[in-house]
Amino acid sequence: MTLPTLDETRILVPAGVLGAGVRADEIDAGLALQPHAIALDAGSTDSGPAYLASGKSKYSPQSIHRDLALLMDARARAAIPLLIGSCGTSGCDMALDATLDIALEIAAAQGRPLRIAVLYSEQDKAVLKAKVAAGATAPLAPAEALDDAAIDACLHIVALLGPEPYIAALEAGADIVLGGRTTDTAVLAAVPLMRGAPAGPTWHAAKVAECGGVCSVNPSSPGIMMSVDAGGFTIAPLAAANQCTPYTVSSHMLYENSDPFRLVEPGGVLDVTESRYLAVDDRTVRVIGSRWEPRAYTMKLEGAGGGPFQTLMLVGVQDPQVLADIDGFLERMGAALGHRVRRTLGQDVPAFDISLRPYGWNAVSGRPVAAGAAPPREIGLLFVATAPTQDLATQIARICNPVFFHFPAGAGKEMPSYAFPFSPAEIERGQVFEFHLNHVVETTSPFELARTRWVNFSHPSRETALA
Amino acid sequence: MPRLRDVTRYVRSKNAGPFWVTVDIFFDDEETWRRHRHDPAIGVDAVAALYGVRPSQVRRFEIDSLRAIKLSFPRSLPQGGVVERDMHSGQQYVPLLDAELAAG
Repeated sequence: MTLPTLDETRILVPAGVLGAGVRADEIDAGLALQPHAIALDAGSTDSGPAYLASGKSKYSPQSIHRDLALLMDARARAAIPLLIGSCGTSGCDMALDATLDIALEIAAAQGRPLRIAVLYSEQDKAVLKAKVAAGATAPLAPAEALDDAAIDACLHIVALLGPEPYIAALEAGADIVLGGRTTDTAVLAAVPLMRGAPAGPTWHAAKVAECGGVCSVNPSSPGIMMSVDAGGFTIAPLAAANQCTPYTVSSHMLYENSDPFRLVEPGGVLDVTESRYLAVDDRTVRVIGSRWEPRAYTMKLEGAGGGPFQTLMLVGVQDPQVLADIDGFLERMGAALGHRVRRTLGQDVPAFDISLRPYGWNAVSGRPVAAGAAPPREIGLLFVATAPTQDLATQIARICNPVFFHFPAGAGKEMPSYAFPFSPAEIERGQVFEFHLNHVVETTSPFELARTRWVNFSHPSRETALA
Repeated sequence: MPRLRDVTRYVRSKNAGPFWVTVDIFFDDEETWRRHRHDPAIGVDAVAALYGVRPSQVRRFEIDSLRAIKLSFPRSLPQGGVVERDMHSGQQYVPLLDAELAAG
């Protein structure tokens, strides 16, 4: 194994997301290479608007506790900082505080003194409205200009932090930095940038490493080491058996990214059009030629709010007469369901929606099935009632239950019964959440919309929070 | 005439943020890449029509070193709304698999 060179900055990225399952053996292998920091991301909008709107984490507290305990122990053994971005999935204040609480539980158990910097990035609506009024926001395609109504529709709004608040926290002596919503790359880029690594290779390395093992041959092996130097960067998996190849590393720029060559970040654009990917050995890739174009500092906004409520029913159908004409059956059933709801609740019932989705036929696409397609062996028919309140959505489902259960394949047929898997048949799914913001905000500095709080843990039984 | 599924080793789709879908098409080899990369059946207009967006909204990239085409376009509705059928846009590539390519 080649010994690391002195002018490199090495970042141990133990996984693509906190809570997915870091590996102790991979972390130990990474620590043997003397990294300058451990950094990873803990959030995303990838799984939909519920996490930001509700402030709840996608991963369970137990999963986060397990990973965080391993990482905090590794950090202490190596005496290097630990940086975690987008804590609690959405990175809003309550999600970040929930992660801080877990960190403090672990700190008490591990009994080591700690300086934790907590970087908040949830935004005050009045501040954002003032930004709108000042013309300091801009839409991202396909959105239109931001207005106060979109801001008011959100339960939580976050601005995606860049690396600067992390760097400031580390320079002020933080052992651990827990970040609110942050770009996936910024949390990995912070320490190399702080140590003077060039911006192009740093941001590109961070983009490659931000999903952990996804840039390797075996994504189930989650740990990655990124090493940035004056001329470029190298990427290698932590597990000896895993490999990064020029193909896996370069193709990662396509993943979940609308533009494979240019990535907009706070304060600039990463351009990898001219990047070259070279195999150093059978598991290490070197990348050169990545460029950074500085731009005016902007932060992306994410906001989500609550919508109507839904109640579900699921029924299985194998009746060949139904399966011979699924589209006609669903059209007739839909009409009968709507008629029954209005007959029962009256014409002035609040606006509601009933959606019938035949899994096994065309529920996923919603597109018409080509004429003459062979019938499936069975369908799972999902009923979704959407209404302004949970109570009304459930009333609608219960009113629809007999029709949904017994609707005949054709006029004059005997009354069938389809296959309910549950009793009661209806399931209260809860609220629909919706994204409302797809905009950026201009800031006077990288710190304008960020707030740093220090939590000093000095003794297992005593912690002091400093404002 | 070959269909896209016959000449590619991997086609995938994924959300790129809550408002965009991105489709990645990885061709089998250099020969299929050269022969089919400019086929109108996987061009901007055809993709716009297939997914119900305007051609001006479709962004198309060729990544020569990967023998890949990337097509990105706005979702018809933001991720996670009242009638969401594919939260992560993970199955949105499927209609493209049957795109009929010129034999050439």
